[in-house]
Amino acid sequence: MNKYIILVLVSLAGLLYSVGSAAEFKASDRPSDDGKAVDLTWKLPSGYAAVQIERKDSAGVWVNIASPLESESFFSDNDSIEPDNKYEYRLIASSISKGDSLVLLADAIPVAQWFDFRKLPLLIMLLVLSLAVIYYILSARSGKELFIRRINGLESMDEAVGRATEKGKPILFVPGIGDLDDIQTIAALTILSQLAFKAATYNADLIVPVCRSMVLSTAREIVKEAYLKAGRPDAFREGCVFYLTDDQFGYVAGIDGIMLREKPAANFFLGTFYAEALILAETGFGTGAMQTAGTAQPHQLPFFVVSCDYTLIGEELFAASAYLSKEPNQLGSLKGQDFGKFIIVLLILAGSVMEIAGYHWLKNMFMLE
Amino acid sequence: MKRFLPLLITFIVGFIVISSEFIPHKPFNSINAGLENWFMIISGFAIILGQLSLIKVNSSKIINKTQNWQYYLAGMVSFFVMVLCGVLWGTQDAPGLLGNGTLVSSWLGVKPFEYLFNNIYQHLSSTMFALLAFFIASAAYRAFIMRSFESNLLMIAAVIVMLGRTSIGTSFTAWLPQGWRFLHLPNIADFIVSFPTNAAQRAIMISAALGIVGSSLRILLGIERSYLGGGE
Repeated sequence: MNKYIILVLVSLAGLLYSVGSAAEFKASDRPSDDGKAVDLTWKLPSGYAAVQIERKDSAGVWVNIASPLESESFFSDNDSIEPDNKYEYRLIASSISKGDSLVLLADAIPVAQWFDFRKLPLLIMLLVLSLAVIYYILSARSGKELFIRRINGLESMDEAVGRATEKGKPILFVPGIGDLDDIQTIAALTILSQLAFKAATYNADLIVPVCRSMVLSTAREIVKEAYLKAGRPDAFREGCVFYLTDDQFGYVAGIDGIMLREKPAANFFLGTFYAEALILAETGFGTGAMQTAGTAQPHQLPFFVVSCDYTLIGEELFAASAYLSKEPNQLGSLKGQDFGKFIIVLLILAGSVMEIAGYHWLKNMFMLE
Repeated sequence: MKRFLPLLITFIVGFIVISSEFIPHKPFNSINAGLENWFMIISGFAIILGQLSLIKVNSSKIINKTQNWQYYLAGMVSFFVMVLCGVLWGTQDAPGLLGNGTLVSSWLGVKPFEYLFNNIYQHLSSTMFALLAFFIASAAYRAFIMRSFESNLLMIAAVIVMLGRTSIGTSFTAWLPQGWRFLHLPNIADFIVSFPTNAAQRAIMISAALGIVGSSLRILLGIERSYLGGGE
């Protein structure tokens, strides 16, 4: 009898060993993160499927956190995870054919990292671009002649101001519907500074309706400074920069009304625009104003191209202030941007060739997930 | 000092924000969220400036009886009616000074603020949006006038895409044998949208991103100062 018991026990132990040796459940800190995620991976013997993943809470109770599909072998726990705390997990797997189940345990201590290595290629790109911009700024400062291609949309500013002065009509400047945390709005405001200076110099009226309160105070200061710089602080009217509404279509309605009543000689639509782009541009077209538009929203650009005389496409909007100022410092930065474009073209070509050849590491290097 | 201090703050904050993109450790990982909250708080105060500007500009035009002063009056009346309704009877979730206005709400069906919002504001907003349909037609007509090689190309591509998206367009090439399915109008339309259009849009996005890097650097390094009103 004892012999049989020993035989059964040895067989059970052997069975358990064989199952246990093939089963694997690991918990590890997610690399390059803020210590708020634990990655769980598992490998189960054939016939077994993970049913449930549980995490031990602070009271020592196992709480279900996931019910993975049979095909899955990875789960990332990022629910209320705090760095430097130990988290214990258990995976419950079952086999219907064998009528058996497995419980596997794992634990991990997530740690916040000081550098996100997944973003290393992006950092290198940023550094290369920044160094190129700084290099060209320094070369421009040393007196090196830099060729910057002509941007018609910006050359038209003088024409627009001249036209407004001749006709005795105002210039309308619309800085888009973005707030001050949008770089397109900032780019638009830098152009407003140059435009306001020219308007003050030629004694042309300027109308700047805005749809964000933060933009109102900034735009007002910019126009005021521009008038001061032009030596005509007396000509500045606070009411020329005014708030209409935060609402997208209310703003459009207000500007359309201004365009139809005041009939500006020139309209400038620069900044962030969405569905209102065409409504504004077409109304302006209807009034016969000379129109210049610019945005980095690719979906709105076709509307502006159709309805406006000049359109600043993408980067031209950001280059505008540097282009208009003609300062070597700023022009140098534009040349740096061109260098960045050259690098990106090279990377796109190299990436295309490598993908066709079946090498994916270059593409993977720039993929964050 | 008037220029130096804002430039210094811009440089330090800009540098910290860029660093936080690459450093997931505390305190860098929560800086962006904190700065966004700061922005919201400042925006909240700035809204008052906006309202004051609105009242000042409109009321001066009404008082001086400038041309079309009636429109400004309508705007001001609308503004104050909405503000009053919100303050007195509150909005959907929050009560106002007079509570939830049960009597008025039972008469209107909803609170006065909601009533005005749903029955006036939303309709006006939709009307403005609907204008887009007519403007698209007029803009498309101008864009498709065949003047040059490019406009011809644009028109041909547009006609293919439009036909490829309609059932009648699909039926034009439905008879094509299986081996020639790539010439089926919906397939050509999909190709135009997925490849040439997408490529052009991505090119614009890449160049805009480079422009943003250049612009941001100019601002961070204090080379671009127009946003401070220009000058030295």
